[in-house]
Amino acid sequence: MAAPASSAVFEPGGHLEAQARWSGWEIAFWLATLLPFLLFPNHLVLASQIAITALFALSLDLILGYAGIVSLGHAAFFGLGAYTAGIMSKHGWTDPFLGLLAGAAVAGIAGYATSFIIARFRHLPLIMITMGLGFLLHEAANSAEWLTGGSDGLQGVRKGKLLGVIAFDLYGYAAYAYALCVLFLVFLAVRRLINSPFGLTLRGIRENPVRMPAIGAPSRAHIRKIYTIAAVVAGIAGAVLTQTTATVSLGVLDFQRSADVLVILVLGGAGRLYGGLIGAVIFLVARDQFSGIAPQYWYFWIGALLVTVVMLLPNGVLGGLAHLTRRWRGAAP
Amino acid sequence: MSTLSTPALSTLGLEKRFGSLVVASDINLTIPHGVRYALIGPNGAGKTTLINLITGMLRPDAGKILLGGAEITAFKPDARVKHGLVRTFQINALFPQLTALEAVTLAVCERQGTAGVWWKPLSAYPDAVAEAYAILQTLGLAADGDRLTRELAYGQQRLLEIALALATKPKVLLLDEPAAGVPREESAELFAAIAGLSKDITVLFIEHDMDLVFRFASRIIVMVGGRILVEGTPREIAGDARVREVYLGGEAA
Amino acid sequence: MALGPILGVLFDGFAYGMLLFLLSVGLSVTLGMMNFVNLAHCAFAMLGGYVTVTLSRTFGWPFLATLPMAFLAAAVTSVAFERTLYRRLYRAAELDQVLLTIGLAFMSVAVAAYFFGTVVQPVETPSYLRGSINFLGMTLGRYRLFLVATGLTVALLLVLALEYTRFGATVRAAVDNQRMARGLGINVESWFAVTFALGSGLAGLGGALAIEIVGLDPHFAFTYLVYVLIVVSVGGLGSIGGSFAAAVAIGISDMAGKYYFPALGSFLIYLVMVAVLMWRPTGLFGRR
Repeated sequence: MAAPASSAVFEPGGHLEAQARWSGWEIAFWLATLLPFLLFPNHLVLASQIAITALFALSLDLILGYAGIVSLGHAAFFGLGAYTAGIMSKHGWTDPFLGLLAGAAVAGIAGYATSFIIARFRHLPLIMITMGLGFLLHEAANSAEWLTGGSDGLQGVRKGKLLGVIAFDLYGYAAYAYALCVLFLVFLAVRRLINSPFGLTLRGIRENPVRMPAIGAPSRAHIRKIYTIAAVVAGIAGAVLTQTTATVSLGVLDFQRSADVLVILVLGGAGRLYGGLIGAVIFLVARDQFSGIAPQYWYFWIGALLVTVVMLLPNGVLGGLAHLTRRWRGAAP
Repeated sequence: MSTLSTPALSTLGLEKRFGSLVVASDINLTIPHGVRYALIGPNGAGKTTLINLITGMLRPDAGKILLGGAEITAFKPDARVKHGLVRTFQINALFPQLTALEAVTLAVCERQGTAGVWWKPLSAYPDAVAEAYAILQTLGLAADGDRLTRELAYGQQRLLEIALALATKPKVLLLDEPAAGVPREESAELFAAIAGLSKDITVLFIEHDMDLVFRFASRIIVMVGGRILVEGTPREIAGDARVREVYLGGEAA
Repeated sequence: MALGPILGVLFDGFAYGMLLFLLSVGLSVTLGMMNFVNLAHCAFAMLGGYVTVTLSRTFGWPFLATLPMAFLAAAVTSVAFERTLYRRLYRAAELDQVLLTIGLAFMSVAVAAYFFGTVVQPVETPSYLRGSINFLGMTLGRYRLFLVATGLTVALLLVLALEYTRFGATVRAAVDNQRMARGLGINVESWFAVTFALGSGLAGLGGALAIEIVGLDPHFAFTYLVYVLIVVSVGGLGSIGGSFAAAVAIGISDMAGKYYFPALGSFLIYLVMVAVLMWRPTGLFGRR
């Protein structure tokens, strides 16, 4: 080591700053997201699905991975964003950015309203309430056929043009570019949040919710804030889905979607910023490859994977990798 | 406004029961500024329950709590902390995956009101980090500031408990068995930390370790079965027959 | 008489509630006792259903004889899982328990689909259980009467066992205060295994009985999980009486909702659940 003195040279905040710097892996990851344009031009539709799902998983990470709120109903906000964008385009406002803003706003308002309920509970009652609220919204959407089209899905969704000129082509170039840009920009904001004082606060809530009030933290206010932010991000993801596929159906709101995103996040590793993204890639690519097999068999392997992850890889793929690198580094001189 | 004659902390007729079990009955405390009071009593006497009542984790069935003369009975726990009433926990209530520095920085940010800021990086608040570091230094934890809390030795974790409390700039500090579980070899630092607490802070500590009690406390309160049995100077308490019979008589913990 | 349909809905709802009770009581007690979130609970129920189907159709067993086997199969299987997987997660975070048991449920759905296909399974009920009888001017389905009788009997047996046997006392102690129970020398883990087997067995019985009312297909493990979770949440963890009351309430509400407000679908029971949980997070009869 350079300096002779030991703890005297310890720079407080050095470690904290190091965490916030962009690592080589991160840069490599984002460069790799451009590869589909070159290497997999026939799979750009899948690529946009991955980008959208990654954004959705990122939103769940904010509440699950960072604040420790287990939600089995997060698809509610995804669906709200999706339906808002769809309904707006149906009535003539087809500009994608406008749809994004609207979807984000509606989801955010819903998130803020429900956050008052969510912040008061933990453990099983919280899981059940999030699940119940998700089901309620699904049923409401199902019944409100005049607005949502009910089980037939929303009719008359129109595709807008990006910046007024770029149309969504059949091959998915524009769609993927759009989805990727949205993902990246929102990711930047989320990354900033994670490295802010609020990010530290969230981890505190996750690590010990009892201790937080004892250091003067208004935990419920913090939880309401992050829940609202997560709802906004989920709403954006939903809106992008509608805009790139020109369809919205009840599937955006159902329990299956909430469960899937939970699986994806856990698979990649919650609380590690990139877990949802990695998980989305693995899950959707695998599902695409297995798409020939009947759906219930796909869920056999997902089930087996879940069992394996819980018993052997509790922190998901990224956690397992982090563990391996620590051991590898520990062994090296 | 509180003056020097206003007690730092006082309770009037505090009562709490769980069904038919009375855990606190007619608790009247008056604790002046800057003192070191000890609260002792056998297990199950209700000492931690009293701390929970004072800090707002439990709601009393009757009675009032006053901090510096102002009534705080209806305040939420985090509001009490903001007014300067802080506690530590008997069983470590720390943040396992945060480093020691991160944990104390978090407490500092909460105090400064910046804990909700999400658009600026943590590195934009070097003063908060520096303050956290300084607190760690006074408790001898600075060298391990970048280690995860769960990797710290038990004695260090007990010190981190106190560090978190200090980061909130308490006026009244309630220490719940600070030396609990700390082996003799490591308790010297702990004792030094408690001795080093500023005289501006009023301290009430629960302890079973009689060494600590007789060394630091200017006054001792004895609780038995949810009630205050007797209150007095260490010499008075050591000589009190009732106390010896109920508590010290058997064996000092 | 205008009262007719209302009484009919009440009776059908009550019978449905008995079914939900059988399906839910095991989960309520095991959740209350060990705080273990077992979302594979209805997979055991499904197993019981398929055992009955196999025994009665392939092996020609009479319906009533298959019921104890459904109970046993579910109980034994659950113990196998408990010994190998579940017990490692007793102290783990809720999320891990949720994920493990959901994973097992997913796998069970696939296995059921593989062996039995995705069709809804029919079941042969004996002739004396078919049709209905007339009682005080009401038409009561015989099978539903049988359900009600079974549900009430099981409820009674459970309450008696809980109050008057040592096993029951142990369960009550462990549900009430696990740490204290351990301190008293009660081996909570062993007793839990027995309770868990009993609860899963009852679910298996419920699954077998459910075939005639709601049908059996591989998705049973999830379709009824939601209802079971609602009953358990509303009734309160660890409470047999709570499960009974909640099951009856949910059963009747669901029937009434579907009969009188078909457009609302299941909206009503989800609303009830969220409302009850907000008012009392541990359920109506849960501890503390």
